Order: sequence, then structure tokens, then C-alpha cells
Amino acid sequence: MLDQKDILTTIKMIETQKLDIRTITTGISLFDCVSDDYKRCTQNIYDKITRLADRLVQTGAEIESEFGIPIVNKRISVTPISLVSQSCGHYIEFAKTLDKAAKAVGVDFIGGYSAFCQKAATTGEQAFLESIPEALATTDIVCASVNVATTRAGINMDAVRMMGGVIKRATALTADHNGYAATKLVVFANAVEDNPFMAGAFHGTGEGDCVINVGVSGPGVVKAALEEVRGQSFDDVAHTIKRTAFHITRTGQLVAREASKRLGVPFGIVDLSLAPTPRIGDSVAHILEEMGLESCGAHGTTAALALLNDAVKKGGIMASSHVGGLSGAFIPVSEDAGMIDAVKKGALSLEKLEAMTCVCSVGLDMIAVPGDTPESILSAIIADEMAIGVVNTKTTAVRIIPVPGKQVGDTVDFGGLLGTAPIMACNGYSPEAFIARGGRIPAPVHAQRN
Amino acid sequence: MRAVISVLGMDRPGIIAKVSAVLYECNVNILDIDQTVLRDELFAMTMLADLREMNTSFEALKQKLDTVSTRIGMQIKLQREEIFKSMHNV
Repeated sequence: MLDQKDILTTIKMIETQKLDIRTITTGISLFDCVSDDYKRCTQNIYDKITRLADRLVQTGAEIESEFGIPIVNKRISVTPISLVSQSCGHYIEFAKTLDKAAKAVGVDFIGGYSAFCQKAATTGEQAFLESIPEALATTDIVCASVNVATTRAGINMDAVRMMGGVIKRATALTADHNGYAATKLVVFANAVEDNPFMAGAFHGTGEGDCVINVGVSGPGVVKAALEEVRGQSFDDVAHTIKRTAFHITRTGQLVAREASKRLGVPFGIVDLSLAPTPRIGDSVAHILEEMGLESCGAHGTTAALALLNDAVKKGGIMASSHVGGLSGAFIPVSEDAGMIDAVKKGALSLEKLEAMTCVCSVGLDMIAVPGDTPESILSAIIADEMAIGVVNTKTTAVRIIPVPGKQVGDTVDFGGLLGTAPIMACNGYSPEAFIARGGRIPAPVHAQRN
Repeated sequence: MRAVISVLGMDRPGIIAKVSAVLYECNVNILDIDQTVLRDELFAMTMLADLREMNTSFEALKQKLDTVSTRIGMQIKLQREEIFKSMHNV
């Protein structure tokens, strides 16, 4: 017989501490859909997605019911569309096809309207980047990402400059909905190929035909565990987080194996991220505060986040046969009740968030800034974040929304899991001449490791 | 397939009888029962059950237990045992 205490602990984690499987994401390769005729290519894509992901939502619901663990999202990631569409153009049609196929199988989001131009963009990729605003504005559940930097290649500052404009146009086209299109767009350094989380998920070129990746969550479980060691040393804090992350990840591993078996699709990875939601009791910021900070954003926040991010990985790695994706702690502002409060009361600034991204799993996420923020400032924010990723050999990302018509002091509601964002102040001094230079920031010396 | 049935709520007479009646009706074999009264009033019961000979579907059994749950005002959950085993055992 199982230990009743363990059973009740699991139930408590799910019922009151909001432990859930954040996403089951099916990765689908589109390489065999390629054609020089866009109509044939998009038809191939539609057929393949609807064939391979047909049972995803139903299977997710069955697992949720039988194991009694909520599975919040079912998603699809595909081969970066820039790689399969360049021979025929008509990029918007590809976005519409993804949207249609994803809706046909009933998933929440589909990711992979993506491009890689960390060293340079081909002519086709430049046109693809220009298509992103319209692609996101004319679809509902398609997500886009662009990798503009890697530790090996350095930072493509031409692409960084372009992305400032792309983000502005995406928000302008969806001005009636608070610039919603930009919530579905991520700019990456060192993007990973097996990330199951949106908006940055895509099915990498090194992946097989089809794969199941699972993202777990559970900030509330970690917070509750830390309440038991209040006032104790950081050694105890780290140990408690590791132990909790182990439990959380084991659940993800179970669900991933089960989904893989039922769908007849290979298991890829478990992404053991702590992904917050706007719900009370599901906040990463509140974990940091539980460590002893009056507010997230106070001095000490970066150290607290570093400990958390590291301990989550150490605890989770033992619990899964394959850990991957982004794995760590996410710090999306609008999706985290504690982050929202910290920004509102002036405890958390954009600069402090940037520092935090040096030690968290990804980067500046779901940040709303004034709608009149110049393109060059958006590009410069991206450049700073890319530099952190490139130099630290980690993934970093920017998902920023210059919300049309909004100013510092306003709050914007993106709805659902995307949450509510207070408009944050940017440093107003101009980086215009810096961004205008173009070219490439060379790879750091420690990239030369061969 | 084996599953854990957990019952949580304010203690009252007849809890085990009502849950067991549903399991008997569905031909589910009870392998083990554990019960505790937490903090003098909160009743917690966990049952390990064998569903292999069950004469209905997992979903239907869940619905029957939901009906009992509503009737007696307690939380009743039916979950496959792997969720607990995988979380607490290596």
C-alpha cells in the first residue's frame, strides 16, 4: 500500500498548491511537406498536422481525468516555417494554414512561425521577418519566434534592428486589442529546439518526425514547501527546492511517458520550468519573497532567483530520463501576480528584470511598455538581452509589447493566462545611433571552444 | 489497472459504506484501506482498488463517485496509483 501521507501530499499539491502539467506539446517536422508550389506545400502541412495531432487533445483529457492532474494546455510546435516556405513565398498563407490546422485539432497554440538569422538573414528570411506582423495579426493562435543571436555566431544587429520595427508593426496592426500580436512573438538568443512552452516553441531541425515534450509547473508547491523552512539557512532552502522539484518533475515524466505511449509518438523531454500564472498561489515572485525579501525586485532578488533556478534543475534532473527545453524559473511580468504587484508598487524595474534574466531560465517576458516607445529602444532592449544570452551561453529572450495608446501608470489586460501588465518605464535616452550601425557583434572569446 | 480513491472532508457516519457500495456495484476489488482523522475533525480515507475486473468505464466510475461526493458533501477523487508512486518513489 502506498503511504497515505504521500497520497495526501500529492492531492494537496494538486488541489491547493496549483501543481499542474502546463503543457503537452507535440513537435511535428514539416520537412517532408516542402514544395515549390505554396498551395501544395500548405496543403501538405495541413494534412500532416491534422493527421499527427488528431488525438492530442482527447488523449490529454483522458490522462488528466485518469491521473487527476490538470493538463492546462495542449499545443503543437512545427519546423520553423522560414525553412520550409522559402522556395515558394506567400508566407501569410503558411501562418493561416497553421492557424486552421491547430484549430481543427483543438489545441491552444501552435508555435513555429520562426526564423533563424543569428549570423545573417537570407533574402527569403528578410521577407519572412517582414511578414511576421501581418501573420500574427491575421491569425489567432499562431506563435512566432526569431533567433537573432547565438554564443557561436554573435549577435546579428541587422536582425535586432529589424525586430524593433517588426514588434512595433505587430502592435499597430492589433492596436484595438492592446497590441496582442506582440504577445505571440519572441526574440531569442540561443533558442532551444525542444521547448514546449509558448510563444517560443518550435520543432528543431535536429528533431525526428514527431515527438512529445511536456512542460511541468508548480510555483505554488515550491512556495508552500519553503514556508516550512522559514528562517532557516540557504542550505535548507536549496535542499527543500530540490526535493520539491523532484516531485514535480516525476509527475511530468509520468505524463510524458503516458502520452507518448497512448499517441504512439516518441517521448522527447520534460521541461521542468516553474511557469507562473496570474492565479493567486502560482507566482515565482512569491517564492523569492518567501526567501525573505520584502518585495520581488528588492536587492537580493537576483541571488534568490539564481538559487531557485539552480535548485529546480538539480532536483528535476534526477527525476526525468530526458530534461530539456528551457528548464528553470520563468519571470513573465504579466503572468505572475507577485511580479505585477512588485511593478505596480515601484519595487521592480525593467533594469532589475534584466539583471534577473542573467540567472533565470529565459529572459524579459511579457513586458508592457509605452506605445510610443521608439523602435530603436525596443531593438536596444533586445540587444542587451541577447548580449546576456550570448556571453553567458544561455537562452535569453525578449517578449515585449509597446501597447498602443498606453503610458506609464496605465495597466493593460491581455486576458486569460497572459494576464495583466502595468506599463513599465524604459530608459528614455536614445540608442538610435547605436542601433543604426548594423552588422554583427562578434561571438565572445569563450565561444571558441574547439 | 489499480487506482487510489481518496475521501476528504468532515467526519460523519457511513462514509466507507457509501463508497464501498459504489465499488461493489462496479465490481471493483478493494485491496487496502487507510483512514485517519486529522485535527480531530477532518476525515481522510484512502483506498487502493483493483479495477481490472471493473464492469464499467473509468469515467463512469468517476461519475458515480462524484454523485456520492455531492450527496455526502465530501471530496472524493479517483486517480490511477501511478501518479502517487511516480512522485514519491524513484
